[in-house]
Amino acid sequence: MSAVTEILPQLLRGLGITISVLLASAIIAYVMAFIAGLSRVSQNVILQKITAVYVEIFRGTSLIVQLFWLYYAIPMLFGIQLGSNWWTGVIAIGLNYGAYLSEVVRGSILAVDKGQTEASIALNMSSFQRMRLIILPQAVRMMLPEFGNYSIQMLKATSLVSLIGMRDILYYGDIMRSTNLSQAPLIYVFVLLVYFVLALPLIWLTRKGEANSKKGVAS
Amino acid sequence: MSHNWKWETFFEAMPIVLKGLGITIGLTFACFGFALIFGFVWTFIRRIPFSPIRWFVTWVMEFIRSTPPLVQLFFVYYALPMVPVIGVTLDPFTCAVLGIGIHYSTYIGEIYRSGIDSVDKGQWEASTALNFSTLDKWKKIILPQALPPTIPMLGNYFIIMFKEVPLASTIGVGGIMFMANSYGALNFAYLEPLTIVGIIFLLLSYPSSILINRLEVKLNTRFDKNALIGKSPKKRFFLSKNLEGSDRIV
Repeated sequence: MSAVTEILPQLLRGLGITISVLLASAIIAYVMAFIAGLSRVSQNVILQKITAVYVEIFRGTSLIVQLFWLYYAIPMLFGIQLGSNWWTGVIAIGLNYGAYLSEVVRGSILAVDKGQTEASIALNMSSFQRMRLIILPQAVRMMLPEFGNYSIQMLKATSLVSLIGMRDILYYGDIMRSTNLSQAPLIYVFVLLVYFVLALPLIWLTRKGEANSKKGVAS
Repeated sequence: MSHNWKWETFFEAMPIVLKGLGITIGLTFACFGFALIFGFVWTFIRRIPFSPIRWFVTWVMEFIRSTPPLVQLFFVYYALPMVPVIGVTLDPFTCAVLGIGIHYSTYIGEIYRSGIDSVDKGQWEASTALNFSTLDKWKKIILPQALPPTIPMLGNYFIIMFKEVPLASTIGVGGIMFMANSYGALNFAYLEPLTIVGIIFLLLSYPSSILINRLEVKLNTRFDKNALIGKSPKKRFFLSKNLEGSDRIV
């Protein structure tokens, strides 16, 4: 029992970093997903090609490589600092999952029945109106469960920022483990439990999104 | 501190990083093989007709898949030797296989499950009617139909695991990421070796994802024919939708 009261408060010191990295990178990822997803279904070939390169680069290499690359290479290559380690982590996770999610956005838009597009053309809607009023409201519902799933992935990915020196939950866990090796199993079980508790609302939202996406979509 | 790209560093780092390539690929295959086998364990435990076990295993899977693989890796490497009674010290490579393999086996178990669920109910009924034994039923009727449509999804997981394997560099497995980092630390030149790692990943994972997409088209058409015989358009829609999500992680 004393171990619990010792370990948990130590770990929770990292909670703020983990949650702030998750929220910020999720916002970047969602924004990038819609920008890149919509660009890839646009008529503009140049826009399509540029986003395809972005998506393939970020999906083709692994997150840890991108994280280290941003951490070491950007300051060296361009002589600019990304602000701080926090920004490096957030940008890496955000751009990486933005690339994955853009495929979800693209897939969902393409999955909306063709008849919907045809009908909205027949009703003389502009392409902007068509996207905003007809296609996206149906596509977004289909995206919901995937957005939930990828948000859980992003939560897991935030643990990587401890590798670039951010003081998140895993960082404090590692510090404790290095001073007290015999308690390592308990410490890591607690780290895992904290992450799981953080994931629970996301799991719940994903299930809700799944239920939501099933009803009322024209097919 | 501005530092320009140096081609000499690039070519000096190249052979050193490439030394780790064999280990990275070997580790990917080992993790994938472990996950393929262990995935069956989850799938079969979840079919036990005793709901507390099913419920428990479902939550264990949910727990494993929604917590970071990096922490699980550290758990296997640092904490497992400290666990009383069963604690054993393992080398980093085995730890990586266990850690990453168990994490992804939960995903692969789900894939098997979706494959088994996709087999038409009539096939179960017919094989029962023909008096097949349980083993024969699985071996001759269910699995031959359940597994082929899962192959493209498993292929995707192979690529995903290839991209996850650099995590093992944190516990000292000498893959390409480890080589690049140690070269960087020695010469204080991270830019070039890390770029090499990125290029290697792009060169290996992009062509394989194209190959898997082709395989997917091939197996899906075969599968669609089966579904047509089963006369179940709704199920066909559900499955092809499931199978097409080539990059869906969960």
